[in-house]
Amino acid sequence: MKKLWKGNEAIAEAAVAAGCRYFFGYPITPQNEIPEYLSWRLPEVGGAFIQAESEVSAINMVYGAAGAGARAMTSSSSPGVSLKQEGISYIAGAELPCVIVNMMRSGPGLGGIQPAQGDYFQATKGGGHGDYHPIVYAPSSIQEFVDITYNAFDVADKYRCPVMIIGDGMLGQMMEPAEIPPMRDLKDLPNKDDWAAYGHSDGRQRLINSIRIEADDLEQFCNRLFEKYKVIAQNETRSEEYLTEDAEYIFVAYGSVARICKAAVVELRAHGIKAGLIRPITLYPYPSDVIAKRAKSAQVKKFITVEMSMGQMVEDVRLAVNGLKPVEFYGRCGGNVMMPADLVKYVKEGK
Amino acid sequence: MKIVADKPKMLTDTPLHYCPGCTHGIVHRLIAEVLEELGKVDNAIGVCPVGCSVFAYNYFNCDMYEAAHGRAPAVASAVRRVVNPDNIIFTYQGDGDLASIGMAETVHACMRGENITIIFINNGIYGMTGGQMAPTTMPGEKATTCIYGRDPKVNGNPVHMCEMLATLTGPAYIERVSCYDVAHVLKAKKAIKKAFQVQMDKKGLSFIEVVANCPTNYHMTPLESMNFVKEKGCTFYPLGVFKDITKEDK
Amino acid sequence: MQKITISGFGGQGVLSLGKFISYSAIEQNLNTSWLPSYGPEMRGGTANCSVIYSAEEIAAPVIDHPDILIAFNEPSLDKFENAVKKDGIIIINSDIVHKKTTRKDVKFYEIPVDTLAAEINKRGANVYMLGVLLPIFGDITEEAAIHAVEHVFESKPKVIPSNIECLKAGIAYMQKLLK
Repeated sequence: MKKLWKGNEAIAEAAVAAGCRYFFGYPITPQNEIPEYLSWRLPEVGGAFIQAESEVSAINMVYGAAGAGARAMTSSSSPGVSLKQEGISYIAGAELPCVIVNMMRSGPGLGGIQPAQGDYFQATKGGGHGDYHPIVYAPSSIQEFVDITYNAFDVADKYRCPVMIIGDGMLGQMMEPAEIPPMRDLKDLPNKDDWAAYGHSDGRQRLINSIRIEADDLEQFCNRLFEKYKVIAQNETRSEEYLTEDAEYIFVAYGSVARICKAAVVELRAHGIKAGLIRPITLYPYPSDVIAKRAKSAQVKKFITVEMSMGQMVEDVRLAVNGLKPVEFYGRCGGNVMMPADLVKYVKEGK
Repeated sequence: MKIVADKPKMLTDTPLHYCPGCTHGIVHRLIAEVLEELGKVDNAIGVCPVGCSVFAYNYFNCDMYEAAHGRAPAVASAVRRVVNPDNIIFTYQGDGDLASIGMAETVHACMRGENITIIFINNGIYGMTGGQMAPTTMPGEKATTCIYGRDPKVNGNPVHMCEMLATLTGPAYIERVSCYDVAHVLKAKKAIKKAFQVQMDKKGLSFIEVVANCPTNYHMTPLESMNFVKEKGCTFYPLGVFKDITKEDK
Repeated sequence: MQKITISGFGGQGVLSLGKFISYSAIEQNLNTSWLPSYGPEMRGGTANCSVIYSAEEIAAPVIDHPDILIAFNEPSLDKFENAVKKDGIIIINSDIVHKKTTRKDVKFYEIPVDTLAAEINKRGANVYMLGVLLPIFGDITEEAAIHAVEHVFESKPKVIPSNIECLKAGIAYMQKLLK
């Protein structure tokens, strides 16, 4: 039965259902409902919640819990996620599975608390130091938040890498009907005996570590990491296309903005303008192939990347389109949200 | 007509955004009055935190910095190195900012004995983000991340900042005050004045903790919240002077 | 499909009125979205929410042109009246809002919900307003709205009966007005 869920609380319950038993967080708007919910919910299912002294501490608690073999999560919002970047780099370097949620607000600096998508570069290009990427999901509805959170822990375990789920203040605060999948039996979760350091007594050391002081060792490790990213790109890349088959104008947008674009597509088509939408669901790996394929269609006149930022994802769209078609950018920032009518006007005027 | 009471020049005309009954406004005024009395209005430099008093720069008429969450003492320490030694430098921080995420910056500024003044508002809760547990939330006290009340076995223990910092060599003056009635507001003013005097005398770091309220997140009326501060807050966090090197000098 | 903007002071039950509508819609297996405004201050200031329900998938949860605006205070009327779509509806809480809309192309209802609800439950103005909305919606049943009220007040069962009374009074009030 579907129930009305607030975005942040839906993510929290979906994580519990997925077998996450450890959460570490710190207050910051607009994601507070996630730690608040898990502060009472996790003890109910035999898990633990720690309100860390900082985001730096929280992500290192995730390092500890994940290293000990548990499904662990942290959440924050933009300035807090910046603080977590060191820890995320270490988690990637130590090949630990975990889930990180970023309910983005506007920046730079302390910025504002209204919805934004200015952390695209940070999320998809690594964010912290060194050669790595987290897998990045960008759901656009509460049900999709639930399904992706539920799945994210499996993906993290499968590839032993950090998974980031990004939303924004709008998605975190809004309510929609959603159904939480069945509670996982912890006994069915992947066995991590091989590498998790939880106090074995079999005479073989498990080491959770990201230092590789010899150049050759580190290069070999990075090569292996990036081989893994190739496999991830093959298996996990996800996107949604909406009325792109005959579209002349294709919006590319993710998260809440993709829904605004969808409404604009409907309105444009009502005015006889063939518009469509490509919505990346994974931002890393990026669905470049889907965009590249559409760029080759003769009827496509242009791509319009729409973001709540000064233009970040548009760079990946340009790479995918590779000069075949014009790629334009429409953005709002500072916490302002574009309306479907704004996009309709933009397309009509620029036709 | 004769003006018998006026707003300190150091405060702007911007309406305060604080909730009804909150004591941030009182402490803002005390700082402004004291700096005016000390003749330091024109050369004071303030550093705001992240939290309810994040917009304090709108209310103080002096040069202000808005620091990252918890980092105000680090910012102030560097400003101290650059500006004239006679400039008054103060940070204004809440409990989450000063005692949680900024604990390291607080302790290290104190260890270095920076010649700055730290005003610490302790109401035992994260106000702006909606009432989460703070490092100073008292045992049994409810918050949105400990809805059944703080249990030290589960949520850890609260910290007594004045007592802890008093063990360090660096700080010159440490006092805990409150604002729950007129007498205590006057005492708080005296303490804040002394703190700035210590800085003007280049004696080192002064630290004033104000046991404060949060009617909104306590789910109390302003009056109830004041009584709570008086009866619970000031019992758990006893008022008084915890360090005073000006006395030791004598 | 209905797109509804509800706006007023914080504490007037603006956000929960939106929730009542969403819960009612869910009771009838409709799609719905509830999007609140949120700000840095805990108290004071204005609050608004955008509520949509529809038999179809809801694309944008933001509303540029609401079908219905419910204004619980004057700044809300000023802010949103021009956004209301042509032939849309504006409802004001006339206990608080003492002016009329400047729009000539909308239906305008002045309803003293505070006074009307106070006869039953002093805190029931927003549930009364939910009742007022049902005859306008036409596709949300009284039963669904009662379930929504029961659901929202799950943890405070004592207040449920008087709120249901407010709901019914609101429905009756609007039915009479529409006749």
